[in-house]
Amino acid sequence: MIRRKANNILRLLSLGAVAVLSGCSSNMVLLDPKGPVGAHEKTLILASIAIMMVVAIPVFVMTFYFAWKYRASNKNATYAPKWSHSNKIEFVVWTVPTVIVAVLGYLVWTDTHDLSPYKPLVSAHKPINVEAIAMDWKWLFIYPDQHIATVNQLEFPANVPVNFRITSDTVMTSFFIPRLGSQIYAMAGMQTRDSLLATEPGTYVGRNCQFSGRGFSNMQFNAIATSPQQFKNWVEKIKQSGSNLGMAKLKELEKPSRVNPVTYYSSVRPHLFDYIIHKYVGGGTATMTANAAQKKPHA
Amino acid sequence: MLGKLTLSAIPYDNPIIMGAVAFSILVAAVVLGSITYYGKWGYLWKEWLTSVDHKKIGVMYIILALVMLLRGFADAIMMRAQQAFSFGASHGYLPAHHFDQIFTAHGTIMIFFMAMPFLVGLMNIAVPLQIGARDVAFPFMNSVSLWLTVVSAMLVMVSLGVGEFSQAGWTGYPPLSELHFSPGTGVDYWIWSIQISGIGTLLTGINFLITILRMRAPGMTLMKMPVFTWTALCTSILIILAFPALTATLAMLTLDRYLGMHFFTNGLGGNMMMYTNLLWVWGHPEVYILILPAFGVFSEVVATFSGKRLFGYTSMVYATMAIAFLSFTVWLHHFFTMGAGPNVNAFFGITTMIIAVPTGVKIFNWLFTMYRGRVQLNSAMYYTLGFIVTFVIGGITGIVLAIPPADFVLHNSLFLVAHFHNMLIPGALFGYFAGYTYWFPKAFGFRLNEKWGKRGFWGWMIGFYVAFMPLYVLGFMGMPRRMVHYNNPAWHPYLQVAAIGAVIVLLGIVCQIIQLVVSIKERAETRDVTGDPWNGRTLEWSTSSPAPFYNFAQVPVIHDLDAFTDMKEKGIAYERPKEYHDIHMPKNTAVGFVIGMLAFVFGFAMIWHIWWMAGASALGMVISVIVRATSEDVDYYVPAAEVERIENQRHSQLGSLSTVDVGDQGDWEVAAPA
Repeated sequence: MIRRKANNILRLLSLGAVAVLSGCSSNMVLLDPKGPVGAHEKTLILASIAIMMVVAIPVFVMTFYFAWKYRASNKNATYAPKWSHSNKIEFVVWTVPTVIVAVLGYLVWTDTHDLSPYKPLVSAHKPINVEAIAMDWKWLFIYPDQHIATVNQLEFPANVPVNFRITSDTVMTSFFIPRLGSQIYAMAGMQTRDSLLATEPGTYVGRNCQFSGRGFSNMQFNAIATSPQQFKNWVEKIKQSGSNLGMAKLKELEKPSRVNPVTYYSSVRPHLFDYIIHKYVGGGTATMTANAAQKKPHA
Repeated sequence: MLGKLTLSAIPYDNPIIMGAVAFSILVAAVVLGSITYYGKWGYLWKEWLTSVDHKKIGVMYIILALVMLLRGFADAIMMRAQQAFSFGASHGYLPAHHFDQIFTAHGTIMIFFMAMPFLVGLMNIAVPLQIGARDVAFPFMNSVSLWLTVVSAMLVMVSLGVGEFSQAGWTGYPPLSELHFSPGTGVDYWIWSIQISGIGTLLTGINFLITILRMRAPGMTLMKMPVFTWTALCTSILIILAFPALTATLAMLTLDRYLGMHFFTNGLGGNMMMYTNLLWVWGHPEVYILILPAFGVFSEVVATFSGKRLFGYTSMVYATMAIAFLSFTVWLHHFFTMGAGPNVNAFFGITTMIIAVPTGVKIFNWLFTMYRGRVQLNSAMYYTLGFIVTFVIGGITGIVLAIPPADFVLHNSLFLVAHFHNMLIPGALFGYFAGYTYWFPKAFGFRLNEKWGKRGFWGWMIGFYVAFMPLYVLGFMGMPRRMVHYNNPAWHPYLQVAAIGAVIVLLGIVCQIIQLVVSIKERAETRDVTGDPWNGRTLEWSTSSPAPFYNFAQVPVIHDLDAFTDMKEKGIAYERPKEYHDIHMPKNTAVGFVIGMLAFVFGFAMIWHIWWMAGASALGMVISVIVRATSEDVDYYVPAAEVERIENQRHSQLGSLSTVDVGDQGDWEVAAPA
């Protein structure tokens, strides 16, 4: 109840900030999100900026006003060279920031839990599972339930949650579709998770945003949200294409390459994702972290 | 014989690099040539290179910082130019492997070889004078620190022409920085330059901690120390606690790269997450190592130029200590996106925000120092006011990034780049510039030109906004950092504007260079004969400008927080002691310089796997330390007569001035406090 009220207040506050920032066209992808995760994150950003104006605006005003009013040439202004302490002022300058940080801290606690990328989105629709693997310098997506795979293209029905398992077959990277929200690192020998949903059909750019070497700039893909029927057709089309992703093809893919064309695989060697993780697991610590990564996601 | 080093290590085929190399060599040749032409080698050697005088060491640190600022800025403007052009069909003028070296070098240089030497230089110049000491606790070690820092910067410069620099970003995250993904010598240059300068920095931290704790003039209790000294103390503590983490982390990366170990590799038990944690256990305190001394400068500047006591001194001290403590509790906010659970992320998000409280208090205290003051708007105050306004914006975006879910969309973007430049340019660099302007007369005996100083400020201030505000917008547009090329047409105009901003900053830098030249030319007119050009409040202004090598003929006794203001009010500021005494001083020594040069050879040999050379230079360093440690000939006494002669000169100068100039003291009308 209180949460909802707080959220309503935040939304109101953020409206003000929106007004300021929304000379923004649709190019401001973070301010024009296409899914609930991104939308919530946008609200948080704008609300926190709005709350901090409580401190920022007085500082701006006081800086210019004091510097002008007490300029050396203004002999009419009061001059108190020994005055250096006031309990009232001290109280205010310690209290106001503390209160603001307390408010923001509450927000951090609740919303960090709400927006944990490991928490699968709740929806009436059965989620789609995707396994995303970062490679030099492309993305491999495996659809374990459909038994297909793609390179540099991600398609899924709109309004259906997509649950990602993410790992890397190379250096540390970060999986990010800005219009949909939350990025998460991809690391070899480990698995991270993300759960995203698009509320409207469209083509959204996704990419690696953690610098990963020479081909980094081009390591991007299209995330295409379609209708359930179109998605079905797309899967069928790929299944007809007749190319299997086995060990030989994987070896090919693992070679560094840039600006890879979109590629489809009609079938995938079973448990390929786990195979790629376990390639890097040897010795105590790595096993431990891999196990930790495979723990059940937060409820 | 020469390890991996062959002639092919020199990138002859790259005209941009060769141009930069040729330019660097030309500048070095001009400098060395004119030293030879004017026959100044002996002077340079005796008075500077072998000096253990903290004031001269401070000046040399700042010269290093300014030179490296130019290098780091050259990298910055090249990046801005590349991104302004490299859109769609055009791929700009830099290939990825060159661009990647440039942004790595930019970050490394600006943090380790611009900011660190600048703040250590300011601490060297001001701290012993502020606490009434004759030098730092370990003057020889101070010289070693300096030369270790200088040669590390030289290693970075050498990487330009011999081999390559790291392409793994200034934070050098593995596994990208591991041998498998970065087989060249670039990462090794990065590792050894940071390792060697890191040792120098650690020694500086120890030196200043001891100096401040043990060498304060009688009467100066901790709560009577000037705020700059307080910030120097906190920074020293942070250095001592944080730098060993960096040294150890890099040592483990070195073992991975040199001996095939697996601390941070993919597989075989390696864990890159460990590196990320360890690096930022150093990295976040490092931010405050850079910023706290600048906060100290602002505190001195705002009080002096408001003609008023600093508001809320006690608050200020506790806020500084609180920031120093909290800086160790926030490192995880650099990688919220690594997949830690929400409890962990929320904890670190909240601790990060808590730092905003003491920081906010400081801002208000500076503002209330101006309140009911007589604010002289000179260039040091311009930097202070520019800092306050701009830093608040950086603070806001910092709090946004401290909210983990907000960070999930802003991390790794240009929003992040804009944020930390928004903290470090006003928060650190503006402070250093203010300190440079403020203490310049103390170091050289004449003031800097105000007109060109203000022009320089406007170049930096306007340039900053034009260069970095578009980067915030680009963050909202989803543009990641470190892109050598992009295809999104919406980003292009903003990157062009950002490049214009870099050009405006360049104009500011040009003004600062002109300022220095003009100031030297007209030094006769701006000479500071009183030693107190700003009506200063702390002890450094009680001695002559430049201060005599022994700082104080007689160690002052402190009765008040604003020690020198107190003396002026009591009319004892320029009183001469009844008699002078012999003064115990350290002797100059070449050992610091020699150790530095050997460290350079050692670093270079390690980078190129020239094992015999590495062994020989390491042995040389050990022998140098032993020679120095067993030497008895390290100090001497300045005879009282010599002190008296120098002091007589100063007082005859002071006597030639009218009393108004000297004793602009204590005739204020005191208004009632609010």
